[in-house]
Amino acid sequence: MSFLMMHPAQTTSVLRMDGIGMRFGPVTVLDDVSFDLRAGEVHVLAGENGAGKSTLIKILAGVHRPCGGTMTLDGCAYAPAGPNDATHRGVAVVHQELSLIPAMSVADNLFLGCERTRGGWVDHASQHAAARRALAGIGLELDVTRAVESFPIGVRQMIEIGKALAHEARVLVMDEPTSALNAQEAEQLFALVALLKGRGCGLVYITHKMEEIERLADRITVLRDGRRVGTAPRAELPMERLVEWMVGREVGERFPRHAPHAGEELLRLTGFSVFSGGRSARPTVDGVSLTVRRGEIVGLGGLQGSGGSELMGGLFGAYGARTSGTAAVRGRAARFTAPRQAIRAGLAYVTNDRKASGLVLDQTIVFNATLADLPRLSPFGWRRPRAERAAAREATQPLQLRADSLDMSVGALSGGNQQKVVVAKWLRLGPDLLLLDEPTRGIDVGAKRELYSLLNAWTARGMGILMITSEMPELLAMSDRIVVLHRGRATATLTAAEATAERVLAAAMGQGGASRVTEATQS
Amino acid sequence: MTDDRDTAAMGFAGRVFRWLGSPTGRACLALALVLLVGFVFHADGAFYKAGTHRDALRQTSVYGILAAGMTLVIVTGGIDLAVGSVLALVSVCFATLTIHWGWSAWAAVPLALLIGALCGGASGLAVASWRVQPFIATLAMMALARGLAKYASGGMKVSTAVQEVDGAYRYVAVPAVFRAIDTRILGDNVPVVTAIFAVCFGLAWLALARHRWGRQLYAIGGNEEAARLSGLPVVGAKFAAYVASGLFAAVAGICQAAQEQQGDPEAGAGYELLAIAMVVVGGTSLMGGRGGLGLTLIGILTIGYLEKILSINAVPEAGRLMLTGVIILAAVLTQKRGR
Ligand SMILES: Nc1ncnc2c1ncn2[C@@H]1O[C@H](COP(=O)(O)OP(=O)(O)OP(=O)(O)O)[C@@H](O)[C@H]1O
Ligand SMILES: [Mg+2]
Repeated sequence: MSFLMMHPAQTTSVLRMDGIGMRFGPVTVLDDVSFDLRAGEVHVLAGENGAGKSTLIKILAGVHRPCGGTMTLDGCAYAPAGPNDATHRGVAVVHQELSLIPAMSVADNLFLGCERTRGGWVDHASQHAAARRALAGIGLELDVTRAVESFPIGVRQMIEIGKALAHEARVLVMDEPTSALNAQEAEQLFALVALLKGRGCGLVYITHKMEEIERLADRITVLRDGRRVGTAPRAELPMERLVEWMVGREVGERFPRHAPHAGEELLRLTGFSVFSGGRSARPTVDGVSLTVRRGEIVGLGGLQGSGGSELMGGLFGAYGARTSGTAAVRGRAARFTAPRQAIRAGLAYVTNDRKASGLVLDQTIVFNATLADLPRLSPFGWRRPRAERAAAREATQPLQLRADSLDMSVGALSGGNQQKVVVAKWLRLGPDLLLLDEPTRGIDVGAKRELYSLLNAWTARGMGILMITSEMPELLAMSDRIVVLHRGRATATLTAAEATAERVLAAAMGQGGASRVTEATQS
Repeated sequence: MTDDRDTAAMGFAGRVFRWLGSPTGRACLALALVLLVGFVFHADGAFYKAGTHRDALRQTSVYGILAAGMTLVIVTGGIDLAVGSVLALVSVCFATLTIHWGWSAWAAVPLALLIGALCGGASGLAVASWRVQPFIATLAMMALARGLAKYASGGMKVSTAVQEVDGAYRYVAVPAVFRAIDTRILGDNVPVVTAIFAVCFGLAWLALARHRWGRQLYAIGGNEEAARLSGLPVVGAKFAAYVASGLFAAVAGICQAAQEQQGDPEAGAGYELLAIAMVVVGGTSLMGGRGGLGLTLIGILTIGYLEKILSINAVPEAGRLMLTGVIILAAVLTQKRGR
């Protein structure tokens, strides 16, 4: 490893975790896990959904107290009393779920819990200056007095990192930091990772994206079912081995897309616009035309905020009557002003934010998995708990949901398993047209593979799928056709054969060739 | 959260311990504490008499009916401050209809219920369709219904003493329906109001725990956007919750009128707060999406018994109020520690 030779100092560990155990009630989540982190390295923590990755770093962050094991930081015993204590000891954590307070300003968020005060009053001037400096340090220049909610999710993620770094950090932990970022924003993040690494910071990086592991990792530790499978330098762990470590078996081809059997036309949008910000604002989707046929997967490409999600929401009736243009489902004109109408017409919509719009986190898996199917499961209004349970089991089984029981509250599931519950909810309905907005966000390689096979099975049965994904390999491999959006307009329509990462990116930046633009309007 | 006891190894004692940590367990603990106070301060054995308990149940029944309806609203993440005023409005109208106008119960009861449902429906419309904050919408309804009650009664209690044109008072007979509600059934053991409470409670429980609508209410309270995108009739379900709360307030109003043999435009002031306290002491979250009627029943009994124990011990009103406040806070704090 060339890196090792360049930085001999990095062999000393900043952080060691030894024999860590963790239980939630009767459930053992971590069992005798050891982990060490060197200065100036990126240590990737990998493993399936529910393997215990987030739990391990929550212990590191002082959120949970382990029920066994020891930790040392810079050679001293380390047992954080709480998240604040961990921050002060130099352990910064960016959690999987964003933890900023949306309505508060950027600066206030950065100094939440450790406000800079003068005589008991918050010293806004110094706080603003410090916040600006902290963010500039990670290459982010923005108005720190604006509310966090006014920034797009990618920027929010960077602010989150800025917050973690506002206090001198020796160790930075990032739990799936790119799951909500687009390619460009992810690049910025990687640059930041390199920068921090150069400063001698130790980084723990959790991700399900193989490209990122390949690109960033110095060493990799794999967890499976709460146990450590092994640790190895990146160079000694080829992808196939890594996947095998994670899943415990060989997974096979990564993107098993079968040739489409395109059938009858399911959806036709002509000049479809969505005014999600109100009628007076610029439309977020501007005159898009596209078709989806039975058996087809149509990918929607484009940067975050290019209007893909709004297109789906508008089609699904989530924005009420704030749409224009025509939509036809199975040849019949369809203008849905409420999700209920869309569902009745055979549509299903997996949103891109499971926490905000996908799940009722306090409720059980059964509750969530049967939510959209209530009318069928409760004839005459009266519920049948037994049938609901059976339905939930049937819907979650093909997705390999990992949960102790179906009565577990969804909020206690790992992020990837939550996503599976959302997918299960819509599967129950057996829709004709499935709208998927980032369906593989946060789910592990094995489960992704399962989902791809399911997509194939569904399309083989005649379902049509419209899919947004920010993972380029996924978009290229799974789509039969790709419609690329730029600022709400379709800039290109590419067949699977034509599509390359470069062409999709170029169109996403608004450089769609004229010929392809006309194609887009024709199809 | 960092509960690292191994239940498998703990056996029976462990399971009891776990149960005590659950919302139901905590609520029962609060009730048990209140009952313990009753056993200690039994007021010369008064607490051991069946009559005391029967009385405690009768006195909490009206509150309990309100709390049952309130639970449906609170589960959606809303609140209904209007129930006390609606109770007064209905009791005034019901008394006027039956005492003064001589309507039969078969006509007066449905009309009274309709009035309650309309009041609830107005709140529901504001909250569900116009997206007014529940607190504000029902606060407005609270004032409106109170005003209507005073207007309908001319600011006077509507009783069996009817003023004639010449200014003299004539006493009319107490309507049969009043007497029917203010008696005891089942061998003189169960007050009719308690039976009415039981029926109302049972209906609310069925709706929330066993009907599709209950699921919808929980989903709305837990995550309204997810509920909407899952195709649930969010507006309709919310609206119906407020209508139900209004209906229950009307039932409580009828009971109240029958027990007092009059319609009092000042009745029910502060009842909404007691009903909310019962729901919250039971452990249902004001944030919505969590809790249920089982918990509310425990809350109703906790506060009902507390009041009774304080009153049999002749604690003066000032002390009673203060103690009630302290104990509600304590009960809610034990609930919170579970999070
Ligand atoms: N508060 C909790 N109560 C009960 N079980 C929990 C709780 N938090 C986590 N778990 C369980 O612990 C296990 C590990 O969860 P964790 O979040 O660490 O997984 P993960 O490896 O981060 O998965 P993902 O890749 O999906 O994010 C899961 O099975 C989860 O259900
Ligand atoms: Mg995780």
